[in-house]
Amino acid sequence: MNIPYTVEERPDSGLANGKLGIWLFLASEVMLFGALFSTYIILRTGATEWPHGELSVPLGAINTVILISSSVTMVMAWASLKMHDWGKQRLYLILTFVLAGIFLVNKYFEYSDHLTRGEGPAHSTFLAIYFTLTGLHGLHIVGGMIVMAYLLGPGAKLWKHNPDQFTNRIEYTGLYWHFVDLVWIFLFPILYLL
Amino acid sequence: MEKTATPGAHVHEHPHEHHEELGFWRKYVFSTDHKVIGIQYAITGLLFLLFGFGLMMMMRWQLAYPGKPIPLIGLWLGQSRAANGIMLPEFYNQLGAMHGTIMVFLGVVPLAVGGFGNFVMPLQIGAPDMAFPKINMMSYWVYFIGGVVMLASFFPTTGAAQSGWTSYAPLSIITSTSGQTYWLVGMIFLITSSLLGSINFITTIVQLRAKGLSYMRLPFFVWAQLVTSFLLLLAFPPLEAAGILQLMDKVAGTSFFLPSGLIISGKPLAVAGQGNPLLWQHLFWFLAHPEVYVLILPAMGIVAEIIANNTRKPLWGYKALVYSVVFLGFMSFIVWAHHMFMTGMGTTMSAFFQTTTMIISIPSVVILTALLLSLWGASIRFTTPMLFALAFLPMFGIGGLTGLPLGLAPSDIHLHDTYYVIGHFHYVVAPGTIFALFAGVYYWFPKATGRRMNDLLGKIHFWGSLVAINLVFAPMFIQGMAGMNRRMYDGGAMYQYNAPVLHWNVVQGYAAWTLGLFQLFFIVNFVMSIKWGKAVDKNPWEATTLEWSAPSPPGHGNFLTEPIVYRAPYEYSVPGAAKDFSPQFEPEKA
Repeated sequence: MNIPYTVEERPDSGLANGKLGIWLFLASEVMLFGALFSTYIILRTGATEWPHGELSVPLGAINTVILISSSVTMVMAWASLKMHDWGKQRLYLILTFVLAGIFLVNKYFEYSDHLTRGEGPAHSTFLAIYFTLTGLHGLHIVGGMIVMAYLLGPGAKLWKHNPDQFTNRIEYTGLYWHFVDLVWIFLFPILYLL
Repeated sequence: MEKTATPGAHVHEHPHEHHEELGFWRKYVFSTDHKVIGIQYAITGLLFLLFGFGLMMMMRWQLAYPGKPIPLIGLWLGQSRAANGIMLPEFYNQLGAMHGTIMVFLGVVPLAVGGFGNFVMPLQIGAPDMAFPKINMMSYWVYFIGGVVMLASFFPTTGAAQSGWTSYAPLSIITSTSGQTYWLVGMIFLITSSLLGSINFITTIVQLRAKGLSYMRLPFFVWAQLVTSFLLLLAFPPLEAAGILQLMDKVAGTSFFLPSGLIISGKPLAVAGQGNPLLWQHLFWFLAHPEVYVLILPAMGIVAEIIANNTRKPLWGYKALVYSVVFLGFMSFIVWAHHMFMTGMGTTMSAFFQTTTMIISIPSVVILTALLLSLWGASIRFTTPMLFALAFLPMFGIGGLTGLPLGLAPSDIHLHDTYYVIGHFHYVVAPGTIFALFAGVYYWFPKATGRRMNDLLGKIHFWGSLVAINLVFAPMFIQGMAGMNRRMYDGGAMYQYNAPVLHWNVVQGYAAWTLGLFQLFFIVNFVMSIKWGKAVDKNPWEATTLEWSAPSPPGHGNFLTEPIVYRAPYEYSVPGAAKDFSPQFEPEKA
């Protein structure tokens, strides 16, 4: 028994199963972060005061640049595969993985800076939102890194016997990765700038 | 035709595919076969329904005879739950919260969506399996872990969650027991499971339909599952967000849902404040209202299948049914705040939400009317599944119509938080959805096992349940209109104004226990029929949809030959045809 359309597209929907699946998953993620952003708006508009300048804008800006770059390298990994350049794909995927790692290291410095001052999530509503939203976003980064590690490690074998499916997997990982990137592009202004 | 729009086409490309025999664990426990997963879901769901019903029977004792020791099991419950067999108020609250949670999230949804959806839907669309079999297995096991966490929450001496199934803040957060934390962690697992399931369902329906099975030829059950999956996909994440926020409040000391200046037992609460308790209600009901339709739509789907089959007629107004269910799904996202008329959110909000609520009742009525009109002029086969399906119509009708006064702010102000509300939604879910689920069990049991359930035991189960369940819920309308509050530990005896309706508690108690007794007929029938039921062939009900073209029970991969669909789903009694049913899978004879 084989399940159809795991690799090729179904003519009437124009999609392979995995692609529809990842888009549906992202739709639910939009609802998840949508609810959290709404929470931010409601709590902020209801607050009598709202702290400014609690976070380091340069660090946040650097992390924004890092994540956007990682989105670019992710696309390059996929594009390289489309051109059957296996070596380049690995290089770009490793680069994406490393950039994600650097993002998390930066985040670690930001977190520990607050926590050593005794300003945890319980300190204020602003920090509660900051830690919850960036923490959840950080978990998404970690999730993406696990998938990339799989595709670089044991998952890479798939390329040998089903290159199209492997290419698709890189594409779906990329879609997810762009979404994680996009969430940060919203998080950066609402937490660091506004 | 050479385009591969055909599930199963690959079978022809690999004719010498090695067919290995799976071991016990891979075949029955960690299976990726949608049928096995569906049965796992169904049996787990049924067990949770029984467990949740057991909690309710204990509550009914306390309501009927407040302060009297619970017979049989009272002394087993332990001093922290029932001192000398007499139920403690804290334990009553736990039972209330957990009855709701277990029935909705661990019983009905897993049975209706996880069980029937998983087992029937791929068969009805002619697919070899779900689009992502491994994710399907994972969603069952994540659900299972969520269930274990919920059950585990009863074991600490401080007990399970006790702030209602709605877990309203700030009460749920300031209650210092660990039960609520278990509840939140359990919910995060259950939500993740639904999410994985819904992605799988939608992808399967869109991608794996058999050749010739266009959207307007889908059985109504598949449509119901499709809309349900969209509701789960888009409505559950906000509750996941809310759950994470409440977990932060419980564990990390934040105050998302705790306002400034909250004073508890005379002491100000030491949190940062500035939170918003109403926000929890908004996020909760943004899920929980669509959740109502998650409970009811699969039931409507099951009933539609069974009515078409047993009236031997096409469903009346198939297109209207489809458009209504899609519209219903859409509208269900914008009615949530009709649960919140009493929160002081303002008349503008109330006006908006009562308008949308009145609008959403229209497609519900269209669906019910179409199903009712399908009976007109039919020579009905009164089989056990048909009896349950027929009972669904008036029971859901009562549940739905009694909901209208709750959807309008002025009448809701009187009825809010009374037993009337309990009566209303239980009519929708218990004699409504759960009857439909029983109908489904009797209807598809032959497909799953190759054997039929006993008809006599089924009919005793039906008539006993129908009478008993009405005696449980109908008096609630009387009690509620008299003003009896829904969360009274002593059944309302402490208030003088409840006196005229208090005696109903005893009637309801006996009715509930009788209802429990009649379920024994189902349990015995179910277990015995697996082994000793009358063996059947592929199509015992002479039905038209695709699942009846597969062997009973279907093997791995479902169909012996690639299914092709030739016509609409309910072609019964076609004029000029040789028999009174023309299945979707049989070609037109010239």
